[in-house]
Amino acid sequence: MLILRKLTFAVPLATTFILAGCKQTPADIQKHLQAQLISAKAGAVIELPEGKFHFDRTLSLTVDKVTLRGKGTDKTILSFAGQKEGAQGLLVKANDFTIEDIAIEDSAGDGLTLQGGTNIIIRRVRAEWTRGANPNNGPYAIYPVECKNLLVEDSVARGAADAGIYVGQSENVVLRRNRAEYNVDGFEVENTENADVYDNVMTHNTGGIGVFNLPNLPRQGGKHVRVYNNQIVDNNTPNFAPKSLGAIYNLPTGTGIYVMAIKDVEIFKNKIQNNNTDNVFLIHFKTGIGDALQTTASSPITQQIFAPEDRRYYGFVQQVYVHDNEISGGGKSPDSRITLLAAMAKAMGGSLTDILYDGLIDPAWGKKENSGQICLQNDGAATFLNFDAANNMKHPITDQKKYSCSLPSLSAVDIPQLNAQK
Amino acid sequence: MMHTTQIKPSPLSRILCAAIFTTTMLLSSCRSSSEVHLFLSEPFPKKLSAWHLYTETRNGLKPNNRVLPYSFRTPLFSDYARKYRFVWMPEGTSAEYREDSVFQLPVGTILSKSFAFPSGDAEKIVETRLLVHTQSGWAALPYIWNDSQTEATLQLVPDPVPIKWSDAKGLHEFAYQIPNVNECKECHDNNRTLLPIGPKARNLGKEQVARWTEVGYLRNAPKEFSEVAVWNKPETGSLEERALAYLDNNCAHCHQPGGTAGYTGVDFRYGHSQPGYCKHPNSAGNMHDLQFDIVPGDPESSILVYRLSSTMPKVMMPQIGRSTVHAEGVALTRDWISSLTARSCSR
Repeated sequence: MLILRKLTFAVPLATTFILAGCKQTPADIQKHLQAQLISAKAGAVIELPEGKFHFDRTLSLTVDKVTLRGKGTDKTILSFAGQKEGAQGLLVKANDFTIEDIAIEDSAGDGLTLQGGTNIIIRRVRAEWTRGANPNNGPYAIYPVECKNLLVEDSVARGAADAGIYVGQSENVVLRRNRAEYNVDGFEVENTENADVYDNVMTHNTGGIGVFNLPNLPRQGGKHVRVYNNQIVDNNTPNFAPKSLGAIYNLPTGTGIYVMAIKDVEIFKNKIQNNNTDNVFLIHFKTGIGDALQTTASSPITQQIFAPEDRRYYGFVQQVYVHDNEISGGGKSPDSRITLLAAMAKAMGGSLTDILYDGLIDPAWGKKENSGQICLQNDGAATFLNFDAANNMKHPITDQKKYSCSLPSLSAVDIPQLNAQK
Repeated sequence: MMHTTQIKPSPLSRILCAAIFTTTMLLSSCRSSSEVHLFLSEPFPKKLSAWHLYTETRNGLKPNNRVLPYSFRTPLFSDYARKYRFVWMPEGTSAEYREDSVFQLPVGTILSKSFAFPSGDAEKIVETRLLVHTQSGWAALPYIWNDSQTEATLQLVPDPVPIKWSDAKGLHEFAYQIPNVNECKECHDNNRTLLPIGPKARNLGKEQVARWTEVGYLRNAPKEFSEVAVWNKPETGSLEERALAYLDNNCAHCHQPGGTAGYTGVDFRYGHSQPGYCKHPNSAGNMHDLQFDIVPGDPESSILVYRLSSTMPKVMMPQIGRSTVHAEGVALTRDWISSLTARSCSR
């Protein structure tokens, strides 16, 4: 009934973005499109024709219920090469926004930024830096932050100096059928609650995907993330993040999936293969920023930063269920740049395991075995190492049996956009 | 209900008038031909003159009746533009004093801010931005002036304006970027509500708060409250007070809870400051291999100084609203960071 009603009343106001002949300069087109975005009314559908359009400042939208639609990710291209003003390509602060069949290239900073929106659809969007992996590229290709009910599907992200497809400080998120390659991180799910990440391809990044919480951000307590049916393979592009990006600079080249400082994560039915440092990395916040911590441990001020004063923050990883994945070929050539991993690899004869766990547990959990509830089941012939970070690797554990357990399956994320498609 | 129906020319507007006109012309020129016209819904007038905010525009803006000029102790830097601010409220209305934020301004309030640059021996107004408090919230309206300074026209997406003048510091030449309507919101937005930024007691100061009260534009203002330091007047505050006042008025509109950069966790509001001592920038952009927002005692290692010193789109702060570097503001920030007790954030 709901759907029927929608069909009856949802008559979109189609506004076609017409290019009057070939006389328009890029400046005219930029001005025209920005004016359309400002003047758009709720329900507007702004259609962009085929072509490559050049912009030298951020395009932005703040009107709710607008659809921006092109003719395809290789046909309608918004190019921000040589951008002079604004850090983003397209900046959207609006609810009920849909963007589809458009490419965003070579923005100065992030490609597509969505801030504080509810009911967002990003569909068949390509966000890319065309020169390939480069530290001067923008940090994020697709960057929704503080959003609620978000769908990113059938999209492509390439070249981001931090993450290709990022979701931060958001809730109720579905990322599916996307492709992320040649980014530092393929995907990041940061400080986010209720996310489903499935049917994606993450390859040729430094790391395939990170699921984690960071301190000192307004929204804390990210949890409940499912990562399934993805191909997380051959993520061995040397880390090209600038040092200033903090944790990501310390992301080991050759990471499949890393899970840091978060609970309730289920990783299943993925193909996680041939990531040269490790296929699965389960860690405390301190391990994640490892080298930085090691070089600064003596400084009281960094104790404060790395053991942050943010009292809401909890750095432990717990309740992670890794099951029914095809995991193989990981850890063959670990990143020697990261002191901790290099030392470990040396001790182990040059290579690491498929699954690496730092074994850090909160004493408050009690003395029972595997109190962090890291459960590994039916992951092919995956090799495993708990490297006992708390005791400087004195008591490593390679026997997976201690971690052979199961956790209740997490529920699927339900967002209105999925129901609309049923 | 008490309110003044006629505003006496403020000292500032008297000086403006006196400077521009002879005494004989003063009486007639400073009297308006008609009152301010208020428009509370779209379509807003295409011409600025329709608002009747000024009685004269060719030799500086001369305010109409009840249009009150005001200024800030420590303003936002905008490419060295000279700024002329005015406020008008409908008769019988007034703003409610707020201690720590922008006054509660009544529906019908018009705030106007004009940006001028030197041009030969005189100066030219480039744009006038209106913020109008309508029933459905604040509207941001950018008007762009013609060369002859007789009229300004509403433009949703204004073109950049080439600016060129010389002074003791040398030649200033750049493309002045006028924010489009959406870019107005980037600074004026809090939790997706467009709000004024400027009219706060601490930045107006006691004299102007008294003036607003006197003309009936402000109610319940105390006589005593704390003013922010004037950023470039050492007699008004310590180095730290002046630097924090500068950061408050140049950064806090975005960097506060609910602001455009609220998600970064950095807060520059005066008295609430969390400006990022030894803080990693988290998901901010490439900052030249610098790792911390502020390294106490070490301005060259502080991202804050690096970003204030840049005009590259991805690096510069604020992200919009300037095309040049505010050398004096950077120097103040640098001096302040140098003055902090040195401590190592790393190594």
